[in-house]
Order: sequence, then structure tokens, then C-alpha cells
Amino acid sequence: MALELSIAVGSSVPIYRQIMDQVGMAIVSGQLAPGDPLPSIRAVAERLVINPNTVARAYSELTREGRVLSQPGRGLTVAVRRQTLSGEERRRRLDAAAEAFAREVAFLDFGPDEIWALLSEKLSETALGAKTMEVTA
Amino acid sequence: MSDTVIETHGLTRYFGRRCVVDSLDLTVPRGCIFGFLGRNGAGKSTTIRMLLGLLPPTRGTSSVLGFGSQVLPPEARARIGYLAEGHHVYGWMTAAECGRFQSAFYPRWSAKIFSSVLDHFGLKPAAKAGDLSRGERAGLCLALTLAPQPELLILDDPALGLDPVARRSLLQSMIYLTRNADQTVFFSSHLLSDVERVADRIAVLDGATLRAECSLDTFRSRVRQYTLTFRDMPPVLPPLPGLLQVFRAGREVTVTLTGSDDPRDTERRLALLGAERIDLVPLGLEDAFVSYLSTRGEKTYFLADTELEDAK
Repeated sequence: MALELSIAVGSSVPIYRQIMDQVGMAIVSGQLAPGDPLPSIRAVAERLVINPNTVARAYSELTREGRVLSQPGRGLTVAVRRQTLSGEERRRRLDAAAEAFAREVAFLDFGPDEIWALLSEKLSETALGAKTMEVTA
Repeated sequence: MSDTVIETHGLTRYFGRRCVVDSLDLTVPRGCIFGFLGRNGAGKSTTIRMLLGLLPPTRGTSSVLGFGSQVLPPEARARIGYLAEGHHVYGWMTAAECGRFQSAFYPRWSAKIFSSVLDHFGLKPAAKAGDLSRGERAGLCLALTLAPQPELLILDDPALGLDPVARRSLLQSMIYLTRNADQTVFFSSHLLSDVERVADRIAVLDGATLRAECSLDTFRSRVRQYTLTFRDMPPVLPPLPGLLQVFRAGREVTVTLTGSDDPRDTERRLALLGAERIDLVPLGLEDAFVSYLSTRGEKTYFLADTELEDAK
């Protein structure tokens, strides 16, 4: 499946970060599988009409985080998932994401059960799916 | 080939007693797309005219493609594409005639590029230049500037008055031109969304002086905004280094400031003010830019990359 990237200018999230997040999302949702190639820097830059160095920066950060592999002759491919972030960093990111989520849903007047059910459903759509099932079973 | 295409040292220009460009030191590396920013009247066009030798500086020097601006030989001029503000054309010529006329001055003129840029902007070669819409005229001017295959493209507010579709075509042309790392684009603009899309590096002129010369990423990561929430009425803030803007609303104070690459330095300093909580407010490029040029902030702050990354 072709990876559909889109960016928003004027956002508080820099463009390179938006690309990283979308590629990251495509990997956890299984849209991109390990070994799949990433679209070329030039192709992404031309399609989104952005500076190629911005795409290169997103790709190099993804490579640095171990989510993408750079293989001579094959370009960039999706890496087999393994954890490269420190325990502390993982905890920090989980905390930030949970806080943002909690703030966002707090004023919508749903009960904890409804929120919890929907959250598990969303989690099961990601690569976490199998693990979530074990917990809820 | 030199790695620098534009260099200025102490470049200064007065009009009468008014200083329009003050001691400008600027370096534009080869192969980048360089955004030249600043408010109206900040001195951008004057700088560009001095770079091209169209206006002598009062003091200081500048060089373009290794030649002094005042003594640019014709062979160097032929390697520079200059798009002046306002897109002037000879109205009585057709688009094709404009091309034929211009091609006589440029040994590397490419008829193919000329017609493909016209095509990109939906222009017919037989159209009279005087009858074109603003966007079409911009397309014609761009075709005339790109067809000589310039090594350096200097665009003075090229997006002025263009519709979103024509602007997008302009950006595509800029990206296309720099695809082989030896061509450089230097452009002035007020459209920060365009700058965000295409620029590698930026310089910010503010009231005749240079306030920033760095990568776009550096600019974005160094200009930060925080909201400080106090238990009671906020105290009068002591002077903070790099402070750009302060807004007070009830128990909250929002500060915008420039800090080092490491946000923790700034946060440590803010923590001393005794706020109950400190929240980082994510800023878009436009907000960061407007805060940076705020008339009430510290005007002396200069933003630069601590170390120059390798120009690609």
C-alpha cells in the first residue's frame, strides 16, 4: 500500500516532525511492514512541495531511533521493531501522551468506562493489539 | 567551486541621514534555499540591489559568486538570475518574444526550460505580456529568469500578489532548481508558510540590522513560549535574558524568549520565579517570527547556529 503523507504548514509541529510521526504511525498500524521501502526523499519532497533536506532530516531521525534501516543499494527500509529508547524516555513519552489525552477528553462528559473501552479498541488496531487482548480477556 | 555564493562584510547603506542597511555580515552557502525575511522597510530590497551592484554601498563590501558586487563581470551576471520586485515586463511583446529577446544575453539559455515554465503557469507563448494577469506575469518573469539556468537565483519577494496555485508553482520551481546541489536560491518573502516549506536557512533583517542568520530548525527551536501560572497575582518579572514578549492575564504570565538549544536552561531560570506551574506553549513559525520582531522585546538578540551544519 502506498504511504500517504500529508503535512500542515503553520502548525506548531515542524514539518520534519510531522513526517516522522506519520511514518511512525504507519509502522505501528502495520501499514508499513518490516522490510518495506520508504518513498524516496525526492519523491516525498516533490509531492509535498517541501525542501528535500526536511524529508532527509525526518528520515535520519527515524534511522537514528532505529525505526528505519539504511541499507546500501536498497535505500531506507522499515526496521524490525525493537526498543531503542531508554526506560526513562519511554516513561516520559507515555506520560506526556496520557496527559494530553486526559486533558482532551476530560470535558467531553464521557464516563471512564466508555473512554476505557474506546481506548482499548484503538490500541487493538495497533501492533499492541495482541497484548491488549490478553489483558482484556 | 567555492562553497559560498554570497558574502557581505559590514555592508551598510544610508539614504540621506537614514541608515537603511546597517553593517550586514551575511554568508549564503552554495546549494541551499535561503529565505531573507524582515518587515517592510527592513532593508531587504536595498541589500539585494547592493548585492547585484545596482546600488553602491555607503560602507562595507559584498561579493557574489566570488566577484565583488561593484565589479561583477558580464560572465558572472549571466550566471545569476534576478527576479526584481513587481514582475516588470515589456507589455508590447508576446511571451515568446520576451524569451527571444532575453535569450540573446545568456549563453546557457534553455528554450526547453522556458517553455516548460510557461506551460507550468498555463501561459501561451503568443500571449501579449501586457495582457497577462499578475500571476501569469510572475510566471513569465520566472520563465525568463530560470531559462538561463542560473547558478544563483535571487528573487525579491517573488510571491507578492500571487494566487495560491501560482505560489505553489513558484515553490516547485525553487525545489526543482536546487535538485543538483550546486544551484542556490536566495529569496525574500513575507509568506512564512512558503518559507517553512522550502527554506533551509533564513536571515532576519529588523530595522536595518541582522537579527538572525541560522537554519530554520534552529530558529524554531530557540524561540520558545511559556505560560507561568502563579498562586496569586504574578510578581513583576526581573530582567530575563533573551526576553522577547510578556503578556499578563490574571494569575498567568506568558513569556516568549530566545534560549539556548537546551530548553532545560531556560526552564531552570523560569523556575526561580516561583510559579506554580510552567507550561511550554508550542509555537508555529509565524508566531515565533512575530514575537521575535516584537517592538517591545529585546532588540539586540542575535540568533545563529552554534555550529554550522554541513551545507548539503
